Amino acid sequence: MQDGQQAPLLKAEGITHNFGALRACDDISLEVFPGEVLCIAGESGSGKTTLLKVLSGRLAPSAGRVTCRSDDGLAHDLYALDESARRQLMRSQWGIVEQNPRDGLRMGVSAGANVGERLMALGQRNYGGLRATALDWLGKVEIDGERVDDLPQTFSGGMQQRLQIARNLVTGPRLVFMDEPTGGLDVSVQARLLDLLGGLVAQLDLAAIIVTHDLAVARLLAHRLVIMRHGEIVEAGLTDQLLDDPQHAYTQLLVSSVLQA
Amino acid sequence: MMADGTAETARPDSGYNFAYLDEQTKRMIRRAILKALAIPGHQVPFGSREMPLPYGWGTGGIQVTASVLGPDDRLKVIDQGADDTTNAVNIRRFFARTANVATTERTQEASLIQTRHRIPETQLQEGQILVYQVPIPEPLRWLEPRESETRKMHALSEYGIMHVRLYEDIAQWGRIANSYDYPVQVNGRYIARPSPIPKFDNPKMDMNPAIQLFGAGREKRIYAIPPYTKVKSLDFEDHPFDVETWDEPCALCSARNSYLDEIVTDDRGTRMFVCSDSDYCGQRRDAGHRGHQAPPAGLLGQTGGKENR
Ligand SMILES: Nc1ncnc2c1ncn2[C@@H]1O[C@H](COP(=O)(O)OP(=O)(O)O)[C@@H](O)[C@H]1O
Ligand SMILES: [Mg+2]
Ligand SMILES: [Zn+2]
Repeated sequence: MQDGQQAPLLKAEGITHNFGALRACDDISLEVFPGEVLCIAGESGSGKTTLLKVLSGRLAPSAGRVTCRSDDGLAHDLYALDESARRQLMRSQWGIVEQNPRDGLRMGVSAGANVGERLMALGQRNYGGLRATALDWLGKVEIDGERVDDLPQTFSGGMQQRLQIARNLVTGPRLVFMDEPTGGLDVSVQARLLDLLGGLVAQLDLAAIIVTHDLAVARLLAHRLVIMRHGEIVEAGLTDQLLDDPQHAYTQLLVSSVLQA
Repeated sequence: MMADGTAETARPDSGYNFAYLDEQTKRMIRRAILKALAIPGHQVPFGSREMPLPYGWGTGGIQVTASVLGPDDRLKVIDQGADDTTNAVNIRRFFARTANVATTERTQEASLIQTRHRIPETQLQEGQILVYQVPIPEPLRWLEPRESETRKMHALSEYGIMHVRLYEDIAQWGRIANSYDYPVQVNGRYIARPSPIPKFDNPKMDMNPAIQLFGAGREKRIYAIPPYTKVKSLDFEDHPFDVETWDEPCALCSARNSYLDEIVTDDRGTRMFVCSDSDYCGQRRDAGHRGHQAPPAGLLGQTGGKENR
């Protein structure tokens, strides 16, 4: 993966974020390289969602810096950009998959329109082409093409989440952020989604930052893993090494599944 | 239009300022109009005043008209293309009374035209002003109710969602079903609502020599299209924008290039298609054009060219 030569797609340095007196993230630094899947794991309330929001341009941190690299190789200090440039960068380079698909989908328009929206925003003006792409992507996320004109609210939770993934991946982003992508789903549905995600990430050579409280998700998807507790990173490393031989007492507890939800 | 800020004297109905609004309000609205003209298609907020007409009767358009009207103007008011509907008559009377301006039904004689639901068929000229009454100014409203968010979307040109709506139409009905208030992009930048005119009229907005002003009273917004500005109706390459056509010409004046209304002519349900722009139709008949259902000459009387003061 990272051969030392390659520059990171995203780099966080000294991220601290306070909600009033509460420190949700405390001096966090990490990097993500092209094609790499990084999981952020930890108990509920450990600051994972807050960190993901900071990393993905949706929450300006109290302190610290997020630098990201765009297609053209330029590095951007995310929160030094004006909002217009930041939103443009997010739209063209990233995908953001919300934990609750209702927050990431347009529930009032069809599945096909949900998949096509980002293409239209980027200037795609051929209806036939948009439709073909939408059908192709529904296929990739294992949704029957017959459903292309149906509203997402007629879909099951697992289908909605897959639709949200298609909607985000259709523009070929280089980096995808996901917050508990299997969160509200039944166990059997979770397994299928993880399988699909793993396949897509490998096939598209995507980089991803995935937040989860479930170490099984990390084991399946992540190349690297960071463990958070009380807003701090307590341990970080290659997933298999870290899970097979945890060094920090808290990670050992977590791995022994005592703390797993 | 009136010379800069001089208070007019004509006040036939004493108690009102010229054109009803006080000078300070008019200056405020003129500033909003100038800003709107400087940023074509961008919605400018203004401090909308209570008018002696309920919302829905064109209070936004009336305030814009009142602010640009001068004593030498000649005013035309249309509603659905006709000069003689209650709405049009009321507004025309309102300005005849409060500003003592001349009025006309002839498009080419008017210096200022206030309209609801149509753009006149007669080509507008440099120096003319067309004021639209706008019920809902925000083209993104259907999707995003939050004003703070729509403002941001306009500022950042985040307009993908406008095509999502057209996509949904084609997916559902095989074509873009929207036939009124069809969204446009002004000067390659802002997306705007043309107000509920038929899409037939959209091409007239493009590169029009007249000044086009839009006033929304309830929502307190003014926007504008300066003369000779590009106005493009949104579409897809493989589903290009098109306008309504009719199989037959106007039954009264035989026009083939005007927007036709279907009207019932008797209690047996007999129908005919006639120009919605009654001034245009009348002027054509006065010039000798006759449609296949036109009554014998003389019966219909002179329609165009009425004037009153
Ligand atoms: N908007 C907010 N305002 C105040 N406190 C918040 C807010 N969001 C999160 N928190 C607090 O910050 C801490 C971290 O929350 P969060 O990032 O959601 O953790 P996680 O995703 O790991 O469950 C929690 O104590 C939470 O209550
Ligand atoms: Mg969370
Ligand atoms: Zn006619």
